[in-house]
Amino acid sequence: MATTDPISQFNIYTLFSFGTVGADENGANGIELVFTNSALFMVLSVGLIAGYLILSTRGRGLVPSRVQLVSEILYEFIANMVRGATGNEGMKFFPFVFSLFMFILITNMFGMYPYFFTVASQLIVTVALALLVMTIVIVYGVMKNGFGFLKLFVPSGVPAVVLILVVPIEILSFLSRPLSLSLRLFGNMLAGHIVLKVFAGFVVTLTSMGALGIVGAILPLGMTVALTGLEFLVSALQAFVFTILTCVYLNDAINPGH
Amino acid sequence: MTDQGMTDQGLGNGLSPRDPAQQLLVAQAQVDEQQQAEAQAQENTIIVVENEAGEKSVQASGHGTGEKTEVSSHNVEGAVFPPFDTTTYGPQLFWLAITFGALYLLMSKVALPRIGEILEVRRDRIEGDLAEAERLRQKTDQAIEAYETELAAARAKSHALADKTRNDVKEQLDNKRREVEAELAKQMASAEARIQKTKEQALENVEQIAAETTVALVSKLTGKISIKEARSAVSTVVKG
Repeated sequence: MATTDPISQFNIYTLFSFGTVGADENGANGIELVFTNSALFMVLSVGLIAGYLILSTRGRGLVPSRVQLVSEILYEFIANMVRGATGNEGMKFFPFVFSLFMFILITNMFGMYPYFFTVASQLIVTVALALLVMTIVIVYGVMKNGFGFLKLFVPSGVPAVVLILVVPIEILSFLSRPLSLSLRLFGNMLAGHIVLKVFAGFVVTLTSMGALGIVGAILPLGMTVALTGLEFLVSALQAFVFTILTCVYLNDAINPGH
Repeated sequence: MTDQGMTDQGLGNGLSPRDPAQQLLVAQAQVDEQQQAEAQAQENTIIVVENEAGEKSVQASGHGTGEKTEVSSHNVEGAVFPPFDTTTYGPQLFWLAITFGALYLLMSKVALPRIGEILEVRRDRIEGDLAEAERLRQKTDQAIEAYETELAAARAKSHALADKTRNDVKEQLDNKRREVEAELAKQMASAEARIQKTKEQALENVEQIAAETTVALVSKLTGKISIKEARSAVSTVVKG
């Protein structure tokens, strides 16, 4: 583990296996159920989120204690975000948006701890979350508005001539949404952690080169400290961005006519 | 995935860091080269374990930090960048679905309704308290109003009582005075009447005396005169 390779932190390895299911007599074609480091941090994050929110509100204090206040602030923060972006009708998606925000935020924060795994640095995770959001948007949009959902691609108050140009652009921008949504989160977390690891790697390599190296390591060490601060900001910000964009897209499903 | 691990093993030739920055550092750190080569060689020692089910798993033994089983061997040259390694997608999606699903259920069924309820109860309580305060304030206002009405009424009543008493006393006094005055007037009238009578009597007596005197005088001077003539003469004089 004590390698300066900035990529190895994204390795996924099996912590233990539940065994193989559905294998034929030769043991081939089966699906092995494995518990990986990625799964561990997903489970830890969910455990922390649910444990904190449920335990902190156990007292149901009329006058909140400090721990309960944090839960209430998180609740009201997301509730206001959903209500502000989608109106009262969007509040049926509040548990989903809240789960999404907390999941991304806490897995990102776990990733900031040295040697811990960053769940959102895996493309498949962010793609899955983005596709989940877009699926909900499309399914709900069509269920609620029927063909009216297609009004999403036709901005109101635009002359017919311009529409020929605008509609393809709108369709393209809609299709690029899951792409940008997933790649933004993935790219930010991946790049941030690589840069952090590269600078931290400089420190390790330089200090092993004797006295001169130790002096030379001061600069990358300072960079590492600064980048750690920046990464905390990025981690929280990306969770927020992902969530607020989810709200904006949900609003399109609820009110497709702009 | 295990087969790929085995082919990777064939390709793996130890020392060849992918990262250019690290390559540079390695080039500079000539001293470390030997050491690193050893470490890399050890990391890439891949043990193929075969169990009874015929299932193969690849084990890469890392030096110093314990053993771990790689889902695919990334330390080997030519391996894919971990986030693009499709062999890990299955487990990741599986665990993401389970954990995110569990989180959603816990949030939507337990945590969020509870927090929402806490906030609702608090809002209701505050509104209730405000309403109660408003009710009490109105009650106080009513009490003050009632007090002032009562006070005004009492004041008016006391005024009325005082006026009545004053009037009663005045009337009584007036009545008494009138009685006394009437009595006095009556006494005065009777006294005046008596005086008048006495006066008349006196006057009558004077005329009689005058007439008699006249008779006496005239008879002394001229002769006889009847009392009747004398009296008419006297009254003529008195009246004239």
